[in-house]
Amino acid sequence: MNRSRRTPPLFVSLRLGLSYLLLVSLSLVFLTPILWMISSSLHSLEGVFAVPFRWIPEKLHWENYRDAMTLIPFGRYLLNTTVIAFAVIVGTVFSSTLVAYGFSRFRFWGRDKLFALCIATMMLPGQVTMIPLYVFFARLGWVDTFLPLIVPAFFGSPFYIFLLRQFFLSIPYEYDEAALLDGASRFRIYWQIILPLARPAIATVVVFSFMGAWNDFFNPLIYINSFEKATLTLGLNSLKAQIIGSGQTQWHILMAASVLVLIPNLIVFFLAQRHFIKGINVGGLRG
Amino acid sequence: MPNRQSRLLRDWQGYLYISPWFIGFIVFALGPILLSVFMSFTRWSLLSTPQWIGLDNYSEILLHDPLVGKSLWNTAYYVLFSVPLGIVLSLALALLLNQKLRGMSIFRTLFFLPSVTNLVAVSILWMWVFNPEFGLLNRVLALVGVAGPLWLQSETWSKPALILMSLWGVGGGMIIMLAALQGIPAELYEAADLDGARKWRKFLHITVPMISPALFFNLIMNMIGSFQVFTQAFVMTASSGQGSEGAPNNSTLFFVLYLYKKAFQQFKMGYASALAWILFLIILIFTLIQFRLSRKWVYYEAGGRS
Repeated sequence: MNRSRRTPPLFVSLRLGLSYLLLVSLSLVFLTPILWMISSSLHSLEGVFAVPFRWIPEKLHWENYRDAMTLIPFGRYLLNTTVIAFAVIVGTVFSSTLVAYGFSRFRFWGRDKLFALCIATMMLPGQVTMIPLYVFFARLGWVDTFLPLIVPAFFGSPFYIFLLRQFFLSIPYEYDEAALLDGASRFRIYWQIILPLARPAIATVVVFSFMGAWNDFFNPLIYINSFEKATLTLGLNSLKAQIIGSGQTQWHILMAASVLVLIPNLIVFFLAQRHFIKGINVGGLRG
Repeated sequence: MPNRQSRLLRDWQGYLYISPWFIGFIVFALGPILLSVFMSFTRWSLLSTPQWIGLDNYSEILLHDPLVGKSLWNTAYYVLFSVPLGIVLSLALALLLNQKLRGMSIFRTLFFLPSVTNLVAVSILWMWVFNPEFGLLNRVLALVGVAGPLWLQSETWSKPALILMSLWGVGGGMIIMLAALQGIPAELYEAADLDGARKWRKFLHITVPMISPALFFNLIMNMIGSFQVFTQAFVMTASSGQGSEGAPNNSTLFFVLYLYKKAFQQFKMGYASALAWILFLIILIFTLIQFRLSRKWVYYEAGGRS
């Protein structure tokens, strides 16, 4: 009761110290597995099994990274994954912005019901559609190609459509009207007014669809069979199967390979952290 | 003004713009849904022609297949612990970060980072963390004199291990909670201060109601995601090569992992489709229950639903 408006200074600094103590120890808990991974990746085989563990190896074994890259065709997988991710981003941005433009800038019969349907498909668990889709792509002869991983992205994705539509609605209609009076076509308004103004929202879509394609494991797992067509995550998993199945596990090599796969994630994360936060909150704030 | 706008907007061209989504909806959602219903009533190994067997798949699943019960139990166990613990931890982190102190953005980045990485790489990292003899976790436990369990190799500890690992990824939920906390108007707390309200009462009567939509959203997304847990289990639990995922003794055979094995290792497409519909129904029922319960505790400000 007595600490209503003025709190004694000692109490404030005590609380401050306690907050920092908690934050620092919790972030150490969160950070330790990552440090453990990096440290292990630079050890020798004896080093990772040494007791007690040396967090900084006496000699840094950078050759683990070279070994990891030769055990699997790392360059090939990096190329495959990049090609797929790039195609997915292009497809997602084009289709989702067009659809969001349609839902936000035109009035036509059934529009709101169709939009509700679009949102509702977000709720559908992928397990229900994955088996018929697999059969469908198998009939098309697309199994063991990149096509099942890429083509669906060209038909818009409900979450991105929703995110972009919300953003487009915040752009004043007066811009469209002025352009129409000047004789611009609807497509030109989309291309020259809406898209440039929506750059922040599009950046969020790019970041999210990149991460989605880069980290996807399930779809490559069921569609890609050939060794040389694998993506990074698939290749990493087969390296794991190969190493675990062979006597003493070479954890230092596995950790080096895992670090290599994580590096692009970390780069994108640090470059675009605010887009992550924005994209996550678009979902969250809807409640 | 609104008149002019509506004339501007009344336009058939809209159909053209939304057509990519609509075609995609027919080909990648509606068509597969209908096909999946049909397939669940057939026996089909992908190579043969589908053979109509009525409700046989469903009666096999519900009455005779012991692995269905096992995988449902494993999944329920995982959901029951991973979801509430994840919500509590993400809220606690968000509350800690929601203070006007220096360096908060660094802490936020650190907590958020693990949740946006690559799940296969992270799973392999945690396999090493859980290594009974030389892994990080048991080394730390040994420092305080505890002999750690076998974790992934123990039937008792394999699920707790995966639940523990899931808590490392609460950063996304934390970000949503943090945004909600930051959206609470300061006046509410000031008014409560004038009334001499205690900290705990302010938390219960201001903070919780104000962030209840975010809590509810996290609960639903986390629950749906946990029912579908797959990648970690697939990567981390194969004891002896392909086909052995879900070890030891099927203690990490989650429902979607079982479904995957039926469909893509044994090519029982009809049976797997029936499993998918059972999963869909389970998720739907639990989501509806949560929505019904939410009327009692989720508070939407007037107009706050936008």
